[in-house]
Amino acid sequence: MPVVELELPRLQKLVGKTNRKKIMETLPFLGLDIESEGNDIVRVEYSPNRPDYSTDFGIALGLQGLLGTKKGIQKLKIKKAGSFQIKVDSSVSKVRPFVTGIVARNGKIDDKVLRQIIVMQEDLHFGIGRHRKKSSIGIHDLDTISFPLSYTTTTRNHKFITLNSTKENSISEILKNSQVGQDYGHILGNSPKVPIILDSTGNTVSFPPIINSLMTTVTTKTKNLFVEVTGTDKIDVEDMLSVVAMILQSAGFELCTVNISGAKNSTPQFKDRKIILNENLANSMLGLNLSPAKIVSTLKKCRLEATAKNKNIVCTVPRYRFDIFGTMDLVEEVALGYGIENLTPNLSPPQTLGQKNHEFETLNSLSHTMVGLGYMEALNSSLTSKRILYDLTNRDSSNMMSVMDSKSQEHTILRDFILAGLINNLSSNIHEPYPQKMFETGTVFSKGNPVNEEIHLACVNAHNDANFSEIKSIMQSTLKTGFNIECNTKTSSHPTFAEGSTAEIIVNEKPYGIIGEIDSKVKEENFKIRVPVVGFEIKLSGLIFD
Amino acid sequence: MSQVFHEIEKKIIRLLNDNPKLTPEKIGATTGLTPDQVRRGIEWLKLKNLANIEESKQVYLRLGENGLEANAKGLPERQLLNLLKEEPKKLNELKKELQSIFDPAIGIARKNNWVETDGENVSLKSAPSETSEEKIIKKIGTNKILIDEIEDKNTLESLKKRPNFIIEEIEKSQKISLIEKIEISEDVSIKKAIDVEAAVPQVFVAKTHPLKDTINEIREIFVTLGFSEILGTLTQPSFWNFDALFTPQDHPAREMQDTFYLDGIISKKIATPKQIQQVSKTHKNGWRYLWSIDEARKMVLRTHTTCVTIKYLADHKPDEARVFSLGRVFRNEKVSYKHLVEFNQIEGIVIGKNTTLRDLMGIQREFYKRMGLTKVKFWPTFFPYTEPSLQSMVYNERLDKWVELFGMGIFRPEVTKPLGITKPVLAWGGGIERIAMLKYGLDDVREFYNNNLKWLRSISKCQ
Repeated sequence: MPVVELELPRLQKLVGKTNRKKIMETLPFLGLDIESEGNDIVRVEYSPNRPDYSTDFGIALGLQGLLGTKKGIQKLKIKKAGSFQIKVDSSVSKVRPFVTGIVARNGKIDDKVLRQIIVMQEDLHFGIGRHRKKSSIGIHDLDTISFPLSYTTTTRNHKFITLNSTKENSISEILKNSQVGQDYGHILGNSPKVPIILDSTGNTVSFPPIINSLMTTVTTKTKNLFVEVTGTDKIDVEDMLSVVAMILQSAGFELCTVNISGAKNSTPQFKDRKIILNENLANSMLGLNLSPAKIVSTLKKCRLEATAKNKNIVCTVPRYRFDIFGTMDLVEEVALGYGIENLTPNLSPPQTLGQKNHEFETLNSLSHTMVGLGYMEALNSSLTSKRILYDLTNRDSSNMMSVMDSKSQEHTILRDFILAGLINNLSSNIHEPYPQKMFETGTVFSKGNPVNEEIHLACVNAHNDANFSEIKSIMQSTLKTGFNIECNTKTSSHPTFAEGSTAEIIVNEKPYGIIGEIDSKVKEENFKIRVPVVGFEIKLSGLIFD
Repeated sequence: MSQVFHEIEKKIIRLLNDNPKLTPEKIGATTGLTPDQVRRGIEWLKLKNLANIEESKQVYLRLGENGLEANAKGLPERQLLNLLKEEPKKLNELKKELQSIFDPAIGIARKNNWVETDGENVSLKSAPSETSEEKIIKKIGTNKILIDEIEDKNTLESLKKRPNFIIEEIEKSQKISLIEKIEISEDVSIKKAIDVEAAVPQVFVAKTHPLKDTINEIREIFVTLGFSEILGTLTQPSFWNFDALFTPQDHPAREMQDTFYLDGIISKKIATPKQIQQVSKTHKNGWRYLWSIDEARKMVLRTHTTCVTIKYLADHKPDEARVFSLGRVFRNEKVSYKHLVEFNQIEGIVIGKNTTLRDLMGIQREFYKRMGLTKVKFWPTFFPYTEPSLQSMVYNERLDKWVELFGMGIFRPEVTKPLGITKPVLAWGGGIERIAMLKYGLDDVREFYNNNLKWLRSISKCQ
């Protein structure tokens, strides 16, 4: 989850009429998890569905609502100015079809504001922008650009000086040599033409979704901003722009329309939506009995607008709250506005009778049987390594099932053999007193239609006098005591077990598992165990379970 | 009745009562006990605080290779003197006779003025009787003796300078004494009396796994709260793990860096055609993208057990139900003291009467109460498939902080409607290990899967 750093004195000033204690108490009730807390700095995690919380400006709006200092909707005030225009060339439709933009004027950008804006941009890219694939933002110094702009395509030979650079580079060079080029170049695929925003004099403004030009760099001296968002879907790019617009307005900028035309693009409208919430739905979902007027007031605390009409509440949702899909989302807003701390848990008697699962219960009984026989229950991951599962146990790995791109080398292969894990456990316990007796029940995996999952029981016994007779007697007692099943052993061989003291476990003339003494090379050289080890593994699916 | 002693102890006590400060060897030699019996006997007496062991270092001497030869044939200088007893001899002759010991022999003899050399001829001047060196060699002989037994330390030092004559060995030794005299009661009327105060070997009790115990405790609580348990497979098509839960196909949680995809394995039959069609439509309307069935067919290791309950709801469409599913789930994470790639999760749902958010909170609070966790509060949070969504926070005394436990919420209509579920569904769930860590006071979640026998053997069973 994304994290935003809040400077408390600054936040307190933005919220107004409050104190630090109240802010700290209220943050979690906006859905913000306090990750760490310093003297003046608080780091909070926010949910990806609330990109408006990616800056302290957005969080201040939320806090004002819950603290009751300012309620209701934060209207976007956008001046219509004809002078800012983007003309879209139809060639972009194949690479990155949509562009939108807004102008923000007469603001003050100090270090802190600049930092908030940069963090916001990164978070929006990562989250709703899906790593810039779906949508990406460029923020520019308005006064360096001459309008109208054109959003068009260019060849990979096109050259310009990028942000943080000193010399001209071609698109191909940017994609090959710069970090952002390497990270995001794949979004453009192999298309010979790439999207570009040029100003009326032909200067490059931005090469979306990769990098801006040096010319338009925003600094603490910048007063007026031009923001563009490009992407694959018109609504998505306008979603993203609406968040930026709301934040910039909160930061003290005056917003101004950018007119967009051409190739299915048009000027963004930032229209509010109206959703009708029935009083009954809210009360029956939350278990409350709130009057329509009270519901209206809770919604206003969540910075929405609402009016009651009999049992219906007409709710106005600002453009940037695109996380609100429908009435259930408004029910949540009512809960937040009411205050989660004011919702009292209610325990009503269940109308149903609870029942344990039979398979789970049987496995529990089996565990108790094994414990009765003196075996300690072990638990290993079902996702393990090729080394333990196949290499060290000397088994053939040709049918192994791997997961893709595991972050942990020790967890890459789904187990088909529980015993491997248990022998490995003995190996890490060689300094503990013997005898060591352990068992495990669990799922094993094999390729099927598409995957077979079976329940196995495996068991190991290690001490100076461990031998085949001992483990065979344990195995037979387990099946007899646990399930009244009689079984035999038939001479066999297995790469993990010693030749001459290995057998298949036979029930009703069918093989269900393997039993024997662990091969001395496997045991000593591979697992470094010095005492004799015996063990078995038996398939319970088909024997005890269906 | 006085304390009863083992026969071994009695023998040792009787000896030590009159003779303090004996070595184990001496005790063995006198009592006829084997070294192992003596060792055990002393150990027992020490554990009972009846005997005292004085550890000391002793230096022993024995003869080295050359010393032993000198012991058998005489010191080099004595061998030389013996050859000259009868008549003077030529140097060459003597060299041939004495070989490697010639040089030291002639050196010492000349230094002591025992021989005279005249050109090639060597003749005896005077032969000493037994030298002090010879006395020491004789005294040590083939034995090992304490250094204190040699009084002539100067001669010993000079002998030690001769290569391989004298070898010093340092041995640690024990001297055993009784702290006070012990009277052994020889009450013949109690023939079968045993030492009930003696220490006994530790027996390690086999146990079910502590995490399994917590799992069962949790299952038990939810069953008594009216929930029934359902099971599902650990491998699932993406459809049930994600799509059915309104998680868009480009959602970051679905990326390979968070979710384990099975290499090269897809599911042919994922759901009924109607279920697929409805879910696909909801994604298109809600998230505005082209939903791909191929993406939904990809097999994953389930990232939560919610896939099991949602499939149950879709297949059975109950009007009233309380069910839960508990089992292993997987996340592609770096393993650390707080993260595992594979852990247990419980997830449950309520459908029917009394399905308000406050009822859901009531079930959680009751569950925690029965687990012994009494300080509980609720905070809003976000899950893609529930609305409203809450998380529960539980206060832990040992850590002195609030710990995030189960999440909960009401399934979004975008989840339930496409699957034909018309009633509101309360859902809750979370990881089991975190609760078990609080219970067992663990700070490293990996301990549950290390199967470290020291830890497993030490855990109290009846907490």
